[in-house]
Parts: sequence; structure tokens; C-alpha cells
Amino acid sequence: MSEQAKHAEDEHHIVGPKVYVICLFGLLVGTGLTVWASFVELGPWNPVIALAIATAKATLVVLFFMHVKYSSKLTKLTVFAGIFTFLILVSMTLSDYISRAWGSW
Amino acid sequence: MPDSPVIAHGADEVTDNAHEEHPSYLRHHFESTEQQADATGFAMWLFLLTEVMFFGGLFTAYLIYRNWYYPAFVAGSHQLNVIWGTTNTVVLILSSFTMAMGVWCAETRRKQGLVFCLILTFVLGLGFLGIKTVEYSEKIEKHHVPGLHYSLKSFLDPDSDAAAKAAGDKPLALDMARHTEVYFSLYFLMTGMHALHMIIGIGILGFMIFRARAGAYTSGHVTFVENFGLYWHFVDIIWIYLFALLYLISRHQ
Repeated sequence: MSEQAKHAEDEHHIVGPKVYVICLFGLLVGTGLTVWASFVELGPWNPVIALAIATAKATLVVLFFMHVKYSSKLTKLTVFAGIFTFLILVSMTLSDYISRAWGSW
Repeated sequence: MPDSPVIAHGADEVTDNAHEEHPSYLRHHFESTEQQADATGFAMWLFLLTEVMFFGGLFTAYLIYRNWYYPAFVAGSHQLNVIWGTTNTVVLILSSFTMAMGVWCAETRRKQGLVFCLILTFVLGLGFLGIKTVEYSEKIEKHHVPGLHYSLKSFLDPDSDAAAKAAGDKPLALDMARHTEVYFSLYFLMTGMHALHMIIGIGILGFMIFRARAGAYTSGHVTFVENFGLYWHFVDIIWIYLFALLYLISRHQ
């Protein structure tokens, strides 16, 4: 990494009120949307849509409220590692759950 | 580094000057304030990762049980009030916003603004817990708290229960009705752990309001406010998922 790029990463980036207001607006719209979607019959897609909206909202919070978009590579990697480990936890548990009675139904 | 803490307090003029070159909050084992802030932020994120795994276990348990006892989970979730739940989601999102604004005030050295934002966050946090208390007391009245006094009435005879009737629930078979207790166990465990995090957060907020009024955090050293903000937003994220998974399972059925 060049010295200049390194310096830019070290600088403390201040996120301003404008970004926060837009983010707040997005979160409120997402909340309305997820409540509305839960009342619509979409079969197996209901939980998928609910989780997709929740994840979109969480992404807004992580990137802007928690400043990860403007953070160092170390922070980004840490956040990614957390999500990745959580997904391993879920997928390993589910693969056990699905394959436990494999062939005996 | 020539200025070890012991020598720095000595009469040596050169060392004294070197000591005054950096802000008083820079610890001696760090090279610069940036390095100190980075290290502290990294530590905060590592703590949040342990929290992700902690709540992750609860969410995984929810996922498995929901697959096993889906009708019981649907009937259980119909007992929750979507209006209260939505209100609480909005309250918590607003408190996350005021907290983010608080961090901005600290960074731009606005003392009044910071105190105002922290007080708003504090009040919104208490509002959330107040609404949660209303919801919990309703569950206690209806005997929907898992344990010896758990009542299956709302699930065996939905017409006797206003919430179940409004949702158009059909009576569950006895063994499935019993499994609504699993739903409520997870409901109280997950929202309870979330509420505990809120209570701890509100306690720290009180301390921060006290300190901010005395002029802390607005003189360049924003680490504490910033990292508390991370915690508060994390608790917000947990609620975003809890709301979607516990309240909105199947409002359409």
C-alpha cells in the first residue's frame, strides 16, 4: 500500500447528518414495507422477503450508522468474519438437521 | 520512545516537552491517537462478534424449532401485537438515529448537541422498555409465560381469545398446542436478552449524559461515545431481526 493511501485510511472520517437522515428514512420505509409484506399471501416467499428486508435494514445500519463504509480494511474484514462465522454456524447446524434421517423417510 | 511514564514526570525539560506534544488521553503504549482509536474500535468489533455468535445461537434454535412446530409458531406469533411491535421498531430506529447524531456532535465538538442527543436516546430507550413491559404484562395476564401456569386455552379454543379470533386461528391439536410453549420460551429468551442489552445500554447512556454535561467527549476524544454507538446500533440490528421473525411470521394466514 502506498504511503498516501495508508494515510487516507488512517484519517478519521466524519459522517454528517445528511447521510444519517437519508439512512433513517430508508429504515422507516423498510419497516413499513416489511409490515405490509407480512399481510400479503406469498406462500414460501413470506419469510424470504421478511429476512431480505431485515437484512437490507441491517446493512444500512452497519454501513452508515456504524461507519463501516468509511472504516479501515481491518474493521471491514472483522465485520465480514463475524457474518461469515455466523453463516457457518447456521449452515452446519442445518446440514446436520437435514441429513440426520437421510434415506429413512 | 524516550518518554517512559516514570521519567516523564522528572525534572528533565526535554522529556517534559515531549510529554506535552500529545493529547492527555493518548496512552503511552500507543504511537498516535489514530492508532489508539483504531485499536479500541477493533476491540469493540471483536466484542460485537462474540455477541453475534451469542444471538446467532438463539436464532439458530429458533430456525430449527420453527421448522418442527410451524403451526404452533404461527398461533404463538398471532398473540403478539403488530402495532406495539411496529411502534417499538420505529422507537428503536429513532434512538439509533439520535445516537448516530450524538456521535456526529461529539466529533464536531458540539457539547449542547451531544447532551441533547444522548438524552433523546436515553428517553427513546426507556420508551422501548415501557412498551415491552406492556407487552410482557399482557402475556403474564393470559398465562402465556412458559412454566407451571402456562395456559393452552388460546390455542385449543381460539374463539375464546380476541387476538386468535381476529387472526382467524383454527384450534390446534393438543400436542401441537403444547408446542406454543416452545415459541414463547424463545420469545421471552430472545426479547429478554435483547431487553437486558437495552437496560445495560441505558445505564451507560446515563453515565455518558452525566460526563458529557461536564464537557467530556467534545474535546477530541470521542472513542467512548463512538464505541458505545456501535453497541447501541448492534442492539438495534438484533431487534430488526427479532421483529421480522417473532411478530411477522404469518400475518396473512
